[in-house]
Amino acid sequence: MSDSIEDIEIRLLLEALYQKYHYDFRSYAFASIKRRLRQAREQLGFATISSMQAGLLHDPAMLPQLIGFLTVQVSEMFRDPSYFRALREKVAPHLRTYPSLKIWIAGCSSGEELYSLVILLREEGLESRTLFYATDINQDALAKAAAGVYSLDRMQVFTENHRKSGGKSSLSDYYRAAYGGASLDKSLRQRVVFSDHSLVTDAAFAEVQLISCRNVLIYFDRDLQDRALGLFRDSLPRRGFLGLGSKESLRFSRHTDAFAEFVREEKIYQKRDI
Amino acid sequence: MNDDSARAVVIGASAGAVEALSTILPALPADYELPVMIVVHVPPDKSSVLADLFQMKCAIAVREPEDKEPARAGTVYFAPADYHLLVEEDGRLSLSNEEPVHYSRPSIDVLFESAADAYGPHLIGVLLTGANQDGAKGLAAVAHAGGETIVQNPDEAFARAMPEAALAACPNARALSLEDIAGYLRGVGKT
Repeated sequence: MSDSIEDIEIRLLLEALYQKYHYDFRSYAFASIKRRLRQAREQLGFATISSMQAGLLHDPAMLPQLIGFLTVQVSEMFRDPSYFRALREKVAPHLRTYPSLKIWIAGCSSGEELYSLVILLREEGLESRTLFYATDINQDALAKAAAGVYSLDRMQVFTENHRKSGGKSSLSDYYRAAYGGASLDKSLRQRVVFSDHSLVTDAAFAEVQLISCRNVLIYFDRDLQDRALGLFRDSLPRRGFLGLGSKESLRFSRHTDAFAEFVREEKIYQKRDI
Repeated sequence: MNDDSARAVVIGASAGAVEALSTILPALPADYELPVMIVVHVPPDKSSVLADLFQMKCAIAVREPEDKEPARAGTVYFAPADYHLLVEEDGRLSLSNEEPVHYSRPSIDVLFESAADAYGPHLIGVLLTGANQDGAKGLAAVAHAGGETIVQNPDEAFARAMPEAALAACPNARALSLEDIAGYLRGVGKT
């Protein structure tokens, strides 16, 4: 089928966003981008995607709003507890053999996955030898991650998830309630480096022993998934670990041979020894 | 196949979904000619229960897709709990954690709208029983793209709100019994 007018408008807007502001969404999975740009158009009050593009080009203040629509910020602490249990029981024993560790949370959004990993490593006695890189392209999300404040009504789910993940303490040990929010203990951030990094345009920046990147690649098309997985391959030493989301797979990737399934049902992979 | 022939089926259901689908899905043969994508509203922690349940009852293959998996004929794909399911233009399936729609993730509107974009007139949209409004907008998108629209007869539905909302949004949709929907879908998927 030939592209509809709306599809053409969307591709042009993504091109404008890239050329003017260097945010590159051109290789994101199209169906979801389309949905979110339709939402942005409705809520920002533009008649067409084209007129929204003109607004974006001439008014830089629109940029963070649009980035907010285009990047997804929905997560939970210890989402899919069985994933974190597998990290704790099956991956941590290997991490323990390294004198110093680096862990990369790629696409950390507002920080829920990051703090889950910091708490897990602390409970396993590994935090003090670990440096955490938390990266995202969304500055607002990074600021939220660095602040570490979540609404109090979400803590019940987070606490239950943490317990199911094999947590060795109570999640309430790590936060205090203040003004309707749960403020995570700032000691959880002392070994974290927050950084603006794009899986689309930036290069690998460090060798890390574990990469956790859950439900980020689902927003990419297959070429971009291959690029990101290539970055991950290049960032891991032999036998380094990669954790993906529960419905993400290396099956359709060019890099599938570079990794072995380590915990198959949790989508935890290990870089091969080749 | 002529140019108007269907290339895919999407189905949405909520309250009463298991009973309704138990009439429809077992009627489809193992060599069914179309892919079938389904959203049922399920709680976030009920992973893969539906796919496992229907795989036991059905000749056709039933499972949850992985991200970017090509939608293949002869397979029923249930949206995984806590993910939206979308169809890309190249016929691959995408998953997403975008915010819930109508308090639901997965959402029927999200699947139907993306499938309408991907398949245009070559899509059959079927909306079944349910107690909310999800799916009405999506079914309207299917109709708008020239696809075929079918709604479970509200008088026979376990919960009538969803089929009624869909008929209000798509006055030209056909209201059928579950048996007629099953027979129709079985018929269109034959060579």
